[in-house]
Amino acid sequence: MARSPEGPPPPPTVQKLRLRYAKRGPLRFASHRDLARALERALRRSRVPMAYSAGFTPHPKISYVGAAPTGAASEAEYLEIGLAQRRDPEEVRAALDASLPPGIDVLECVEAAEGGGSLADRIDAARWSIELPGIEPAELSAALATFLARDEVTVAKRTKNGLRDVDARGPVASATAGGAAGRAILHVVVRQVTPAVRPDDVVAALAAVADLRPPSPPRAVREAQGRLDDSGTVADPLGPDRAARTRCQGEHAAV
Amino acid sequence: MTGESLYPRLEPLLAQVQKPIQYVGGELNAQVKAWDDVAVHWALMYPDAYEVGLPNQGLMILYEVLNERPDALAERTYAVWPDLAALMRAHGVGQFTVDAHRAVRDFDVLGVSFATELGYTNLLEALDLAGIPLHAVDRDETHPVVVAGGHAAFNPEPIADFVDCAVLGDGEQAVGDVTDVVKAWKESGRPGGREELLARLARVDGVYVPRFHAVSYGPDGAIAAVTRTRDDVPARVGKRTVMDLDEWPYPKTPLVPLAESVHERMSVEIFRGCTRGCRFCQAGMITRPVRERTITGIGSMVDQGLRATGYEEVGLLSLSSADHSEIAQVAKELADRYEGTNTGLSLPSTRVDAFNVTLANELSRNGRRSGLTFAPEGGSERIRRVINKTVSKEDLVRTVTTAYANGWQQVKLYFMCGLPTETDEDVLEIAELAVEVIRAGREASGRKDIRCTVSIGGFVPKPHTPFQWAGQASAETIDHRLRVLRQAINADRRIGRSIGLRYHDGKPGVIEGLLSRGDRRVGRVIERVWREGGRFDGWSEHFSYERWVAAAAEELAPFGVDLDWFTTRERTQDEVLPWDHLDSGLDKEWLWDDWQEALSEEEVADCRWTPCYDCGVCPTMGTEIQIGPTGRSLLPLTVVGH
Repeated sequence: MARSPEGPPPPPTVQKLRLRYAKRGPLRFASHRDLARALERALRRSRVPMAYSAGFTPHPKISYVGAAPTGAASEAEYLEIGLAQRRDPEEVRAALDASLPPGIDVLECVEAAEGGGSLADRIDAARWSIELPGIEPAELSAALATFLARDEVTVAKRTKNGLRDVDARGPVASATAGGAAGRAILHVVVRQVTPAVRPDDVVAALAAVADLRPPSPPRAVREAQGRLDDSGTVADPLGPDRAARTRCQGEHAAV
Repeated sequence: MTGESLYPRLEPLLAQVQKPIQYVGGELNAQVKAWDDVAVHWALMYPDAYEVGLPNQGLMILYEVLNERPDALAERTYAVWPDLAALMRAHGVGQFTVDAHRAVRDFDVLGVSFATELGYTNLLEALDLAGIPLHAVDRDETHPVVVAGGHAAFNPEPIADFVDCAVLGDGEQAVGDVTDVVKAWKESGRPGGREELLARLARVDGVYVPRFHAVSYGPDGAIAAVTRTRDDVPARVGKRTVMDLDEWPYPKTPLVPLAESVHERMSVEIFRGCTRGCRFCQAGMITRPVRERTITGIGSMVDQGLRATGYEEVGLLSLSSADHSEIAQVAKELADRYEGTNTGLSLPSTRVDAFNVTLANELSRNGRRSGLTFAPEGGSERIRRVINKTVSKEDLVRTVTTAYANGWQQVKLYFMCGLPTETDEDVLEIAELAVEVIRAGREASGRKDIRCTVSIGGFVPKPHTPFQWAGQASAETIDHRLRVLRQAINADRRIGRSIGLRYHDGKPGVIEGLLSRGDRRVGRVIERVWREGGRFDGWSEHFSYERWVAAAAEELAPFGVDLDWFTTRERTQDEVLPWDHLDSGLDKEWLWDDWQEALSEEEVADCRWTPCYDCGVCPTMGTEIQIGPTGRSLLPLTVVGH
């Protein structure tokens, strides 16, 4: 016989907004939980009219999609929020961005198109750039050639249940070397699998097959997330919502 | 160049450690000022992990107060975990502040706030990582002045070798005075070097400079005398007291970390001081008199703080929050204001009475009803008279039952064991009480799933309390009593399964006891333990009782004293206590009389309601109790936004 919450049920969700945000600079060391807390507090400070779940401990309606690992920076993190009152997406973006600490930057906000499917369904790959301090681009090129020639490269990965062997080669859709002298950059597109193959795993795989070992820790930036198309491009997951919006506005204009 | 950021060298190390976010700063409401724009640079340290230190109110208050001054800046630093400390040593990166990642070594003042003595080894670790000589005598005028504050500073003797000074009492005004002195000394070309700076600081009200007080010991190992070594510093140092809390509404913009911390809420201090007179409670003794923040002052701090932080919960802090003269109105009007905003209000209170339940009901009407906590502290009525926290068993059971009847499913009861005059029977009454509470609670609420958690820890006698003379119970005694208590609770499974028991074993308390009532000789023990790897002594996974015991045996033997001498030994009335020259305002004779009355189980009244100046604080310190009611009320907030 649980005590039931008094009063009317919370107002329903009337608008869903999808946001892209970046984590930059020192805030790359924030974990997903850290970011989630910061975002929830910023939503309160900026007085975004969030919809809440019903029940005794109401939670604001927020869903996060595939968070970048602690230590990795990102230009392409996504979340979806449910609002109890309609708001202009750009105003929400600006207000939220202003109330977040510098380094968590809200870059885009679009309204989710009706019947357009979930955001998570539009993401199955990520594009990374991984800076390898102390490594020459040519060294990286050679190591990549060895790596890409393999069908499988097993690395030990730390998971919740201890060390686990994963194949770091299979999910890699493409990989190229770039950067400058003494500071090679690995551009890599990785498909989402479980357990996830992350930048550290790819770097570990290069150490395993080609003894490529940067003298100090690599710095990874997730540049994009989305659906990997046949041409090897990672599509913008907010594209369909934006297109629907434009179409919709176009129809209004025509009337 | 001083004031330079260490971040570029720190960053590669952060990729290799646990929870790196705790070292990067950038919290909401954090401040970074330009180094060269100010005369005095303060590094403020909480000597424990970031997650514990960040929410600390004292540090947050001083951080804001100092940063508001145009001629000063303050940055924060916390204890670094061993994984990062090892990397910092390997790469020559010093102890840094999290705000601008400046080297602590570069600051003028390093202020360290000690809520507990178990942070002492972390002080040594931070000094060493910073490249500051461990011993105050080895520092020169280029090193920061190391200042201890917080409750433990009321007996800083165990760390007297490592700190340059200690500030007694409230810090809000004292840090300003210290800043003025440091600034004047620097601007006049540092005359007389470090010695002169410290002499000037020693003349600031509330500032104690241990090096100007010499301690001699008698043949029995006890202190013979403490004498000042300069005529121009006070022989006794008195504490600081902020009299009007409304004038100091800090923190105005509380820090909000990205990392998880131990308190995921903001806090507003609703009053300072407590005159309930619980004899075990050092905080209640050294923070007298009671000074209330007014209801309107509280209202505006809650409003401003929530807007500045986005927190969902506000704690109304004090030593016994239900005692605020206008608490019923504060609770009702705040609950009215925040109705329908998913804002939780909580009131940490130690009172055991029905009024407390009423308040808790009021505060929780907007949101979450977590558990309710009561702190009877002593298991039997007899021992509660000894500690002067009188509540009858009937009242206690009735109060807890009322809570269950009001829909609270989880009640926590706080107790101590090892109190003076305690026997096994006193502790066993806790089990009887818990059983009765569950029986009555099941009946009153008509449900079987109510729970009661008994939380119990060993009592540590503290300086400036009536129990400062008491012999501390040994670790064996504590562990024995906890064992019999557990057996008694588990005796009847049908009831026992509704009762949880949380306890700490007796060993850490013994070391806390050594550090609490120790004198300067204990400094050698602290240093030895630190040299042998002692860090984070407040964390069971890092604390090593054996290391402390071995270090105490070896380092204290040459003085003819030992661990027991400092802990389990009862002191006599004429013994010079290591903190006698530090003045909390409490009259030593009054404390002794109160100790004697404790032994004869006599109670003492609260001076808030029965005028009494016997403890000595108000006459000595020139202070007065400041309480309401003010007759004011909280108006509804103007609705901003939506």
